[in-house]
Amino acid sequence: MEDVWAGALWALRVWLYLIVGLIMIPAMFGFSLGISETYMNILVKTLEWATLKIQRVNTVERTRNASASNSLIQRGNGSMEKELGELRRSRPKPPVGGDFTFSDCFYFTRKGIESIVEDEVTQRFTSEELVSWNLLTRTNDFQYISLKLTLVYGLGIFVRYCILAPLRITLALIGLSWLVIGTSAVGFLPNSSVKSWLSEWVHVMCYRICARGLSATIHYHNRENIPKKGGICVANHTSPIDVVILCNDACYAMVGQIHGGLMGVLQRAMVRSCPHVWFERAEMKDRHLVTKRLTDHVNDKTKLPILIFPEGTCVNNTSVMMFKKGSFEIGATIYPVAIKYDPKFGDAFWNSSKYSMVSYLLRMMTSWALVCNVWYLPAMHQQVGEDAVQFANRVKSAIAHQGGLLDLQWDGGLKRAKVKETFKEQQQKEYSSMVVGDDSNSD
Amino acid sequence: MGSSRSRMDDIPHAQQLIHETDFSAAHLLRLHQRFKFLDKYQTGELRPRDFGAIPALALNPIGDRIIGAFFSPGRETLDFPSFVRILAHFRPTDPNRSRDSTQQELANSRTRKLKFAFQLYDQDRDGKISRAELLQVLRAMLETQVVEEQLQSIAERAIQEADLDKDDAISFDEFRRIVFFFFVFCLQSLEKVNIDHKMSIRFLK
Repeated sequence: MEDVWAGALWALRVWLYLIVGLIMIPAMFGFSLGISETYMNILVKTLEWATLKIQRVNTVERTRNASASNSLIQRGNGSMEKELGELRRSRPKPPVGGDFTFSDCFYFTRKGIESIVEDEVTQRFTSEELVSWNLLTRTNDFQYISLKLTLVYGLGIFVRYCILAPLRITLALIGLSWLVIGTSAVGFLPNSSVKSWLSEWVHVMCYRICARGLSATIHYHNRENIPKKGGICVANHTSPIDVVILCNDACYAMVGQIHGGLMGVLQRAMVRSCPHVWFERAEMKDRHLVTKRLTDHVNDKTKLPILIFPEGTCVNNTSVMMFKKGSFEIGATIYPVAIKYDPKFGDAFWNSSKYSMVSYLLRMMTSWALVCNVWYLPAMHQQVGEDAVQFANRVKSAIAHQGGLLDLQWDGGLKRAKVKETFKEQQQKEYSSMVVGDDSNSD
Repeated sequence: MGSSRSRMDDIPHAQQLIHETDFSAAHLLRLHQRFKFLDKYQTGELRPRDFGAIPALALNPIGDRIIGAFFSPGRETLDFPSFVRILAHFRPTDPNRSRDSTQQELANSRTRKLKFAFQLYDQDRDGKISRAELLQVLRAMLETQVVEEQLQSIAERAIQEADLDKDDAISFDEFRRIVFFFFVFCLQSLEKVNIDHKMSIRFLK
């Protein structure tokens, strides 16, 4: 019995030394031993082989899935005015009583039915569909293809759950505890440039370990545009992992609500070494207070750039939703960043209504890997005569364009809340101006 | 196991539905996926509030009526075959189909499309659009933008134009006539605008 224990302990020690030696130390100092590169190469080749196999066997399946767009219907592009105008083309304009026809409802009916079959908003909150199976159980709808493929798939399960997952969990735990210990230790130093340098180093190191803990391969583009101190960095939001992705390369000040429990410990430790902006729950409601604190932070040029996700919620990385204007009202320099995940290796989207944080993290750790591209865009300023909303939309378009995402006008909050009545009014206004014409004094 | 995709075995009476509605198997699968997506609590049936979760529908001025049109009078739930049958009304009419008497029975025939539109107005399903019902629709589409007198005059004019037998209500025949009347003029122009085009949804292959 004791032998078993001794053996287990010895194995554990070897395991830890291996991790520290092969993964942690390189991560801490920012160089790579090439292990992850080899792993990724093998992975890519395997997935390509699997795709070819599936395609060869199932040509029918291929034609069904070949459409890159996920649309089912082709929507009419005409505006309300154009379409209703067509419907009424032949009618002489009546002298009194307005211009209403029974066929006006056709336009609204068709739009309504189109949105029942497929709508732009709700499809952004489910995971992106894959064109071909990536050998994960969770995306499996494809039928049995061949013995070899099933064997590879089975091997994949074993590798992911029994080898990779424990490895990654260990790394994540080490990374997080090191973050807490390191930042608390740095917090004891008096304020000086050494302290800020050390704190940055500790932060980046821990995030690198966490990134290895997710087998993340990140490609940074345009690093000359990296956010500088005294600015605000905005990015599109797909999951909480975005923070790890971005902080791997530069140091940011976080904004958020103070939580209790483990998160709270983390937050309190982090704020000891360098200033982050944490709010109490009650303070979040007070918009002026929030704006003031952010402005104060930004005006202090020694403080790190603030990281904000203006969408306010996680979206599935095929589109960018409406940006909340709060951060654009401050008048600071905005550094936009576009993040795009590659869905082949693992789905990074956090569907908070379907999965809790813990089960989401476990899913992440049992995916193949996380591959993403980060583009740093040139800094943007609010122009004269541009209000916060227009500025926000401009930044959003730039991010969507760079990342290859769809630029949507909808509010991400529609995931949970109902549409505001004001939107309906807009449609009614447009229609009434066609029916009643210029006589109506609508405001 | 698996994501939200459907298989043909999940769909009851699939072959019959395909035959009835002329949807392809692929389209039927996608519609089933959509049905399951809208059915948040996986009850197997849809309720009016499930449709309410679609933002684009909520801001449609006649959104509530469209939702109501899916549910038979007195019923609170909608199963998948009924869902598909109603959506089938909106498939474009196939011009290659021979013009014989059986065309009337097609799910997506012109008459069915018109009937759907008619029922949006005729909420109590008595076969006639009364003045009150017309006013209700106008109010829904225009709400706060137009004063009551204007609404009344618009309704008055619309009824006068369409009501041929002078019973102060519009029957389905009168509705059909007035809608066709305008489209006849359209056919003379170069652009082919017709009912079928306006009340159809183009499904991608």
